[in-house]
Amino acid sequence: MANIEIDGKHYEVKEGENLLEAILGLGLDLPYFCWHPAMGSVGSCRQCAIKVYQDENDTRGKILMGCMTPAKDGMRIGLEEEQVSDFRDHCIEVTMANHPHDCPVCEEGGECHLQDVTIMSEHTTRRYRGKKKTYENQYLGPCINHEMNRCITCYRCVRFYKDYAGGKDLAAMASRENTYFGRHEDGCLESIFSGNLVEVCPTGVFTDKTLARSYNRKWDLQTAPSICQGCSLGCNIAPAERQGKIKRITNRYHGEINGYFICDKGRFAYDHINSDLRLRDCFVENEKTSYDEALQHTVKLIGEAGSCIGFGSEKASMEENLLLKALVGSKNFCSGMPAAREQQLKEVLNIYKNARTELISLKALEACDCILVLGEDLMASAPRMALSVRQATRNLSFELADQTRIPRWQDEAVRTLAQNERSPLIMATVSGSELDEIASEKIHAAPAQLTAFGFAVAASLEGKTCLPEIAETLAGELTEKAKSVAAQLRTAKKPLIIGGCSLNSLALIQACGQIATALSRARSNGTVFKTPVSFVLPEVNSLGLALLLDDHTLKLEEAVQKGSEKAAIFLRADIYKHLPFEVAEKMFSSISSGISFSELPNRTADKCKINFPAASFVEQEGTVVNNEGRAQRYFEVYAQANPSIKEGWRNLLNIAKGIQGSLAQAKPLAELACFDDVSHFVRNSAPVFSTWDQVAPDSKFRIAGMKIPRQPHRYSGRTSLQANIKVAENKAPEDSDSPLGFTMEGAPTQRPPALNALTWSPGWNSNEAINKFQDEIGGHLRGGDPGVLLLREKQGEDLQFSFTKAQSAELVAVSQSRLFDSCELTVLSAALVQRADIRVAMLGEATAHKLGIQDGDLINIKVGKDGISLPALIDRSVPENLVSIPNDIHTQNELSAALLPAPCQIVRAVS
Amino acid sequence: MNLPLTGRIKPDNSVLNLKEYQAAHGYEALKKALAMPPNDVVNMVKDANLRGRGGAGFNTGLKWSFVPQGEQSATPKYLVCNADEMEPGTFKDRWLMECDPHQLIEGMAISAYAIQASVAYLFLRADYNLSAKVLQQAIDDAYAANLLGDNILGTNYNLKFYLHTSAGRYICGEETALINSLEGRRANPRAKPPFPQVSGLFGKPTVVNNVETFCNIPHIIQHGVDWYKNLGIGEDAGTKLYGVSGKVKTPGCWELPIGTSVREILEKHAGGMQDGLKLKGFLPGGGSTDFLTEEHLDLAMDYGTIQKAGSRMGTGTMIILDDKTCPIGMVLNLTRFFAQESCGWCTPCRNGLPFVRQLLTDIENGKGRKEDLDTLLEYCGFMGPGNTYCALAPGAAEPIQSSLKYFKDDYLEHIEKGCCPYKH
Ligand SMILES: Cc1cc2nc3c(=O)[nH]c(=O)nc-3n(C[C@H](O)[C@H](O)[C@H](O)COP(=O)(O)O)c2cc1C
Ligand code: SF4
Ligand code: SF4
Ligand code: SF4
Ligand code: FES
Repeated sequence: MANIEIDGKHYEVKEGENLLEAILGLGLDLPYFCWHPAMGSVGSCRQCAIKVYQDENDTRGKILMGCMTPAKDGMRIGLEEEQVSDFRDHCIEVTMANHPHDCPVCEEGGECHLQDVTIMSEHTTRRYRGKKKTYENQYLGPCINHEMNRCITCYRCVRFYKDYAGGKDLAAMASRENTYFGRHEDGCLESIFSGNLVEVCPTGVFTDKTLARSYNRKWDLQTAPSICQGCSLGCNIAPAERQGKIKRITNRYHGEINGYFICDKGRFAYDHINSDLRLRDCFVENEKTSYDEALQHTVKLIGEAGSCIGFGSEKASMEENLLLKALVGSKNFCSGMPAAREQQLKEVLNIYKNARTELISLKALEACDCILVLGEDLMASAPRMALSVRQATRNLSFELADQTRIPRWQDEAVRTLAQNERSPLIMATVSGSELDEIASEKIHAAPAQLTAFGFAVAASLEGKTCLPEIAETLAGELTEKAKSVAAQLRTAKKPLIIGGCSLNSLALIQACGQIATALSRARSNGTVFKTPVSFVLPEVNSLGLALLLDDHTLKLEEAVQKGSEKAAIFLRADIYKHLPFEVAEKMFSSISSGISFSELPNRTADKCKINFPAASFVEQEGTVVNNEGRAQRYFEVYAQANPSIKEGWRNLLNIAKGIQGSLAQAKPLAELACFDDVSHFVRNSAPVFSTWDQVAPDSKFRIAGMKIPRQPHRYSGRTSLQANIKVAENKAPEDSDSPLGFTMEGAPTQRPPALNALTWSPGWNSNEAINKFQDEIGGHLRGGDPGVLLLREKQGEDLQFSFTKAQSAELVAVSQSRLFDSCELTVLSAALVQRADIRVAMLGEATAHKLGIQDGDLINIKVGKDGISLPALIDRSVPENLVSIPNDIHTQNELSAALLPAPCQIVRAVS
Repeated sequence: MNLPLTGRIKPDNSVLNLKEYQAAHGYEALKKALAMPPNDVVNMVKDANLRGRGGAGFNTGLKWSFVPQGEQSATPKYLVCNADEMEPGTFKDRWLMECDPHQLIEGMAISAYAIQASVAYLFLRADYNLSAKVLQQAIDDAYAANLLGDNILGTNYNLKFYLHTSAGRYICGEETALINSLEGRRANPRAKPPFPQVSGLFGKPTVVNNVETFCNIPHIIQHGVDWYKNLGIGEDAGTKLYGVSGKVKTPGCWELPIGTSVREILEKHAGGMQDGLKLKGFLPGGGSTDFLTEEHLDLAMDYGTIQKAGSRMGTGTMIILDDKTCPIGMVLNLTRFFAQESCGWCTPCRNGLPFVRQLLTDIENGKGRKEDLDTLLEYCGFMGPGNTYCALAPGAAEPIQSSLKYFKDDYLEHIEKGCCPYKH
């Protein structure tokens, strides 16, 4: 700790931390541009200048850059001294010399860091008499708009895009006051993290093009805390609405998960909410009905059937799944997942809960100095994790910096020192991925070999030679690599194993488990070493759903069988995706009554007798459990005006109320009246949910008697928004289920993080205001990062997993994760579909040669009775005797991805 | 007079080839140095008080001593010669390179040995085509004669030596921007600390010195510290290449004892002002140094004396301003150059210089306002030392701030008359 004096007051700050960070951390204001809490200091903008007196003997002092100066005990600092505030004023004066000052038409206006800093630096009068420079703008694709005239040359964009996120196609070009930030030519930005430019750029150069389609200012957007539904990581987001339409999604800081950044899927995949394809009415046997009528029919159908099968979903909230399970009874509950996936998730839970493992957040992941990724193409299956893995490989550079006494936050200097030195990252995947370029070891092999490789690593950790069947499966070279990987894991300060479900292989997950066990043994001496592990799961609530599985849970095939005898509820579940086509068809040919809750049309919903439109995640509250076991709440962003679209949990309670007479287990549900009741029901349902109340404050929570507003305090047009319909002011909708209100009035400060989506503080209108909400800069949110970890603190045991040799096949088809067309929701994003990778079947050179296939040939891949036709792409990274098929929405419709990996045949389609 | 640096240069300025250089005792110093412990070489240079000739005048041996040595220290270490020479009015390194390339190579080889570098880069100004040709030939010849490369002169010392021609930016002369440029990055300077001696080229220990600095090394080794110190007249040691440009009778570049007076350089060697012209002021050490005037003519051109007078010796190459040339025009011209050459990294320079350029343009064109003079002065402070990321902008501010001091009347006349009095 260092005692420093700022403008006559004494403070304690961290010794060696840079003074800008220290000053902001104390809650004081100091303007800045180029420094970024996640990216460190480079000293380019000079806006953070302060007057520093080294000690009590120093009477002259010196202007220094806050972000470049380490805090030292005894320092005295003048923030407000005339000399230095003059300096900052000059800085902003010249920064603004060329700025177009087009705030009224600038998308950044109202949440612009440049506006804030200009005011903070007290620059008011223009003295520059020259002409302003202008630039040509570029087309950067469907997501990001480019308006270079607004640039203030802070270099944040390139530092994020290239240095932090590994992008290639954005650069600083030319020089002097002519420096240009863009691509070498017009074209779509390639990085899947490009959307963060919108938030990283302190001006209106990079703005959200999807917002611009129907623009609103930040102060006119209603928002609520939410959770990204794009993958299993549960990044915190803030979707923003006006007049019933979601206008954009921004990052919502979470100290343990997403920090300052989310991926482009999370940011731009929201069109499905506004889509014309949305189901908006209730139907009974294809007749449009009212909600109440549909409900009556539902009650009647289930009553007549005497019982009901419930199909849950990994995409549905905990509350929905749990209520469904309670409504239909454990014996009639099916997760809606294929059996194989259920097994995988159970094994993941087993490893998390029972093995000597440590569950790890993305923030903690960034501190790991040796990472083994087994089978996951993280850029597609868990993008934000890929970004964290990238940061983790920098740990070696931080160590080198420590040795050379370069502060870790001196970004350029640390990067210069370390050059290409990186902490070990072992990428063992099916084929090449973007992370390969920073990997110390790249292994491309079929899932069966990857499994064997994992077991070989485990064997080596335990000092054993690997079993003959493992050695047989592995090429000789991989056996050697396994040894060196084991050695690295053993000696690393903090090793990490990343696995997952993307390759649909239980054995691969078990291989991770075995490595965890072996590593724990190898590293425990005296105290037990718990191996950090992280599994990437298929969907936003996969882990939550897995927590509901028990011995009674019906397997999908069984459920399909039984469902045909009874009534069945399909909760956001399209079972066609998980079953071979004829099996699904057969079920619906005999089913007596299907009831579906779905946001969009799909084949399952088509076949159901009764259709309810489902609320999207921004139209209801709910809780999801991420891949680390963190339960997180999302809230209604706006009140859904359509009476047919109700919250998922409310639909189930309504059914329960109707059916309680004939369905015994529905009785307790019928007594639940509001979301708080549902939360208590969840809490009491199993010990694992005992801390459920802490997920987020309940509906009765108030600050000084006030609710928390969803609308910024400058929200405009409340009285005129509906004026074309009627002039009377609408009463704001009530929200009796959460402590949030659909208003602009309410608690202005001290909102608990789980309830706060409005990042604003006086003088700080941009997202940089987040500094004011953290316990330390870049640390936890004050009041604790939202969510509750359900799977913490356990002893763990020596779990053993055994290797079973996979059946050998001449040719195996594997499906690989996709980012921008992974599901029906993302493909509705007008922007993202344009950015989806081309659809191809990838083969290695040798395999293609053997089969007489050339690049671009249309090939048909047959798996059992299903098949899919795709153009072939010969890719050297694909291992032999394997064909990789994109696991996208189209494949899912044509060929159940649940069947893969599987032996296949390839025929060249006649063209 | 003793002219160690230029004494061997042929009167017709044709290249001194390897044979000729060796005949004139060339490479003997290298041989001698290679027989010494590297640290002794460092100490010798330190004791000789050789100060960097690139402009800042830092003790060369002292700089070398910051390179971490020993088993644990980072390798490879790099030696870099700064031959970017783009300082306005400066043309001294070019003379040394075009006419006596081996002297530089020998100096670099000895220096590389002293800091235990295994790779040396010679970073050459883009426009110096003749130098490039001459140097490459000399490097090839030195390799062939085992004066570079592996196992130099049978001593087990290896040195790879590369000539790198710049893409042509003034900022590439700033040593850390030079290093970035060598790495293939944008030529932006780097934060200091860490200094290049600790983390320089490719993150490894690196020493950057000026061409003229290196050319001194063989002579210090060969003739010793005392001999070297005695070459200077005042407090500094050695000789110095002094240059004069502007409207003098015989502009040029001469090797003279360091500490020779301005008057002697200007009047004796440059032949004095052209007929009909009077001296109005001069920039003593290149375009980025403060103006001095007639009252300073008798000062010794050494680092300390010139600094005390409020300027810098810089590269030791003077630019002369006469009484028929508009001082504001001259300052504007320099400012245009510096604004053009700003690397674009930090705000005071990137946007401050164009701001100042605009004010100067207005004043020169008769559109100035009285308050502009205060603004100009404010801006000189704004771009001053410590406020920017590197020394380019503070250097650029020097002629401006001193012109306001010495030529204020000219400014006022421009503003009052609404035109440039020198043109009308
Ligand atoms: C903008 C700028 C340009 C410079 N240009 C040169 C140059 O062309 N040649 C040079 O030797 N030093 C130049 N320098 C000085 C170098 O940064 C560095 O101090 C010098 O090369 C060190 O060598 P020395 O110690 O031998 O003088 C320049 C410095 C600045 C700030
Ligand atoms: S585009 Fe934005 S982030 Fe990039 S340099 Fe300009 S102002 Fe900074
Ligand atoms: S990484 Fe996953 S959770 Fe995070 S924003 Fe992207 S899709 Fe959403
Ligand atoms: S002062 Fe700043 S902008 Fe100018 S050259 Fe140096 S680093 Fe670049
Ligand atoms: S924030 Fe400190 S120099 Fe830019």
